[in-house]
Amino acid sequence: MKVAVLIKQTPDTAELPKITVDEARSGEVGATMVLNPWDEFAVEEAIDLADRFSCESAAISLGRVGETDALKHALAMGVDSGLLVDEQVIGDGGEWETAEALAEAVKIADGEEGVSLVLAGKMSVDGNSGVIYAGVACKLGWDLLVNVTRIVDIVDGKLIAEQVFEGGQETVETPLPVVVSVAKEINEPRYPSFMGIRKASRAQIPVLGEDELQVGPSSTVRWEGMSKPEPERVEVRIFEGSTVEEKAEQLADALLAEKVI
Amino acid sequence: MSILVWIELNDGRVVTNCWELLAKAKELAFELETTSAALLIGDEVDEAARMALTYGADTVYAAADATLSRFRLQPYAALAEQAVERAGARAFLTNGSIRGGTLAATVACRQKAGIAANASDLRVEEGELVAVRTIYSGNIRAELRFESRLAVASVRPRSFPMPEPVGSSGAIEMLDAVLDEDEIREKVTDFRAAEVGEIGLTDAHIIVSGGRGVAADPPKGFELVGELAETLGAALGASRAAVDAGYIPYKHQVGQTGKTVGPDLYIACGISGAIQHLAGMGNSKIIVAINKDRDAPIFERAKYGIVDDLFEAVPALTAAFRKRLA
Amino acid sequence: MASTQELLYTEEHELVRKMAYDFTRNEVMPIIAEHDRNHTFPYELLPKMAQLGFLGICLPARYGGAGMDFHSLGIVSEALEYGDSSVRETIAVHLALHALPIFQWGTEEQKQAFLPDLAAGAHIACFGLTEPGAGSDVSAIQSRARRDGDSYVLSGEKMWITLADVADRFLVFVKTQPEDGARGISAFIVERGWEGLTTGTLEGKMGVRASNTGWVNMQDVRVPAGHRLGEEGEGFKIAMSCLDNARFGVAAGAVGIIRACIDQSVQYARQRKTFGKPIAEHQLIQQMIAQMQQDLDIGELLVWKAGLLKNRGERNTRETSMAKWFCTEAARRAADNAVQIHGAYGYSDEFNVERHLRNTKSAVIYEGTSQIHTLMQAAYTLGMRQDRPVRCPMPAYDADAWQEDE
Repeated sequence: MKVAVLIKQTPDTAELPKITVDEARSGEVGATMVLNPWDEFAVEEAIDLADRFSCESAAISLGRVGETDALKHALAMGVDSGLLVDEQVIGDGGEWETAEALAEAVKIADGEEGVSLVLAGKMSVDGNSGVIYAGVACKLGWDLLVNVTRIVDIVDGKLIAEQVFEGGQETVETPLPVVVSVAKEINEPRYPSFMGIRKASRAQIPVLGEDELQVGPSSTVRWEGMSKPEPERVEVRIFEGSTVEEKAEQLADALLAEKVI
Repeated sequence: MSILVWIELNDGRVVTNCWELLAKAKELAFELETTSAALLIGDEVDEAARMALTYGADTVYAAADATLSRFRLQPYAALAEQAVERAGARAFLTNGSIRGGTLAATVACRQKAGIAANASDLRVEEGELVAVRTIYSGNIRAELRFESRLAVASVRPRSFPMPEPVGSSGAIEMLDAVLDEDEIREKVTDFRAAEVGEIGLTDAHIIVSGGRGVAADPPKGFELVGELAETLGAALGASRAAVDAGYIPYKHQVGQTGKTVGPDLYIACGISGAIQHLAGMGNSKIIVAINKDRDAPIFERAKYGIVDDLFEAVPALTAAFRKRLA
Repeated sequence: MASTQELLYTEEHELVRKMAYDFTRNEVMPIIAEHDRNHTFPYELLPKMAQLGFLGICLPARYGGAGMDFHSLGIVSEALEYGDSSVRETIAVHLALHALPIFQWGTEEQKQAFLPDLAAGAHIACFGLTEPGAGSDVSAIQSRARRDGDSYVLSGEKMWITLADVADRFLVFVKTQPEDGARGISAFIVERGWEGLTTGTLEGKMGVRASNTGWVNMQDVRVPAGHRLGEEGEGFKIAMSCLDNARFGVAAGAVGIIRACIDQSVQYARQRKTFGKPIAEHQLIQQMIAQMQQDLDIGELLVWKAGLLKNRGERNTRETSMAKWFCTEAARRAADNAVQIHGAYGYSDEFNVERHLRNTKSAVIYEGTSQIHTLMQAAYTLGMRQDRPVRCPMPAYDADAWQEDE
């Protein structure tokens, strides 16, 4: 068995507010790039599972050739190997091309052991869609568990896990292979170790380009009208009334109309 | 042709955000000169299907079977695809919950359809569906148009107003070809309903905080603030002044030396709004200030305010919400 | 525009930097203000720092260390002091003033006996040189040791000892030949629990309140001869070589303070408004910000230079002294300006800058006051001082050899 973890390099969350429309449109972002924070939980789980079940772990990321900070971080944390998919293979493609490229990379990462578990974080802090792992599951034809808070066991070719949704928590069993997105409750990501850092800094990360994998084009959405949401700079509305109850009633109505409750 | 909305069930009960979405779907369908449809999947859906008709579905596609009592992607996605085809759906919409997002993504990928994940608005422009969503964690707003035959969107809860039920004229169509239990790979072996517990500050959508304004009677003050928080399902916060004075434990502190928060709604009760407090909650979407002092700096950041004693205003607000949320 | 870091350091160093700063932001900063306020030592950080290898960063792997280089020690020191001086001091005292001297001067037997437990954090160690009546004037120490068969018997009092009440290993300097002045000093490794050894904490410090500072008293403490570090009479040279290690960490840490002051001040100056505009637009605020940046840029280069010499195994007393002198004074200026920029808020403990200001006042005093460094630099430039080779120089860093397990 081999565990693959899908990761993305995203802007440092502290710098997200500074992202401009031009940067968002072109994808040429000037911010410090780091391992997507949600993916840290998936990387931690991959390393932990590799320890628990004596198997190998591999991190896979789609991005620009030469931009390997996220993969190096994963290696420094303790993932066994990294694989970069050159984002040029998807051209101008969107989510499903990305999913297909990652699914193809999972098959290539297979090696002799066979990847039977793919882990992913909840979403990226830049794309915010949380659909890529679902796409990867579709493209691989594997089952998908979402928002998993604990991997209880892997036994007899089955994964036993706990998953949480708005209404509660379930324990589920599903046969491998399976794609799992993890919730932040699943673990506490470790810091890179010095040994991991040395390994990561010396690692040559293989790149999968158009020679290794092809993705069919299928443009599905057009992005238009990007803008920077400006914080509303309105004068405070003070509710007047002869009694405090009157003021409170008006405030309650205003807040319900804002749809924040 | 229709706009199809998945009506999510939790333990057999409809997730009410779906009615908001269904009403919106009817509006969009009208503009696109098509119909609205609802998809209901569960072990027992009759009641929910009838409700879907009253909330505006022209057709309800329903599947009821013991195997469908809990959400499992494999059978649910298969039925959703079947419904998309039966309805000749132009759009498939789901509530942006964990499962709604998953179902939308799976159906979209299989149908090679464009997806707007976590959309905050939907509208029709020049006969085309337009979805609005944010990227870069809310820092860029973007509009999407679809180039695929089918458009898919998961929509953030509370994006549209809650509609009133109206009379129904639609029909219920049952879906078939439900998988047998032994064909479904995922097995649910245990379920625990969500507990209503204490909500953490950093995860909270709503925070109600108390400050130095409770000084006249701190235990009573925080009891009142706490009641408002409980009524709204909000987390309980505090300013440093209140924490330092020992009115409330440190874990509740918001601000420079406490937690940095960014909820949808922040209600500051008896908090003056010192710069270090603003540093911790200034990114809240809507700030409400309740303070005796009209000149308190918190009113410069607030969108709504009540100038009054919190010992009077907070219980009045709690009562007002209890009346409305009952 | 390449940053100093990109120009001077490798990818490996950048990964260390990210890890150490993440550690500071996640583990140190949330708890340290409260410890400072209460004058309590953050014991909860010790196992975490040990687990990450901070307590033996630049010790070879065969002695249980992480096998990293001196630049990495500087980077970790900088990152920790970005949070608070007290946390960086723990590394300095434990590693630079205790474990590294054993690595430099110890016999192979001593290295194998002492270093692995120090690197793993099983023992926490400190350094005892200063006495109530002897600070900068090292040869004035009064503590004594007399030989008695296979052991020595130590008596005396050490003061202003960082980690005095926390540590369980003490590297103390005492006179074995009192009549020989500085040449009569010897170094000993003393263990907590030995009869006659007591420690205590000194209260009332202006800064570094989340560190432990105290005294170590020795009343006829019997120390086996195998615990003597170096030769008899070599103590002064050992002590001076220790300062080369510790001053480097102090200098690098001070760079962290400057960076913290800049980050905090920039954020505040953009947000705070006076006279209808952010104070960042006022020129006198800009002047203070520019000076901090100038100090940061210079400080980074001085630290890098000293680190490079250390990696090469070259004598670096002058360069390390210069880095320590400049960076600590620069950090004090930066913290002073940062408090000024924050106005009354800066004067309260709501923001970290007043804590940095109190801490930097300590940094310009310990590990050689600014005055000592001024005299040293003058003496070098005037040709009045030359560093003679020592019997056991600190070995050059060798990545392969330091990372071999055996």
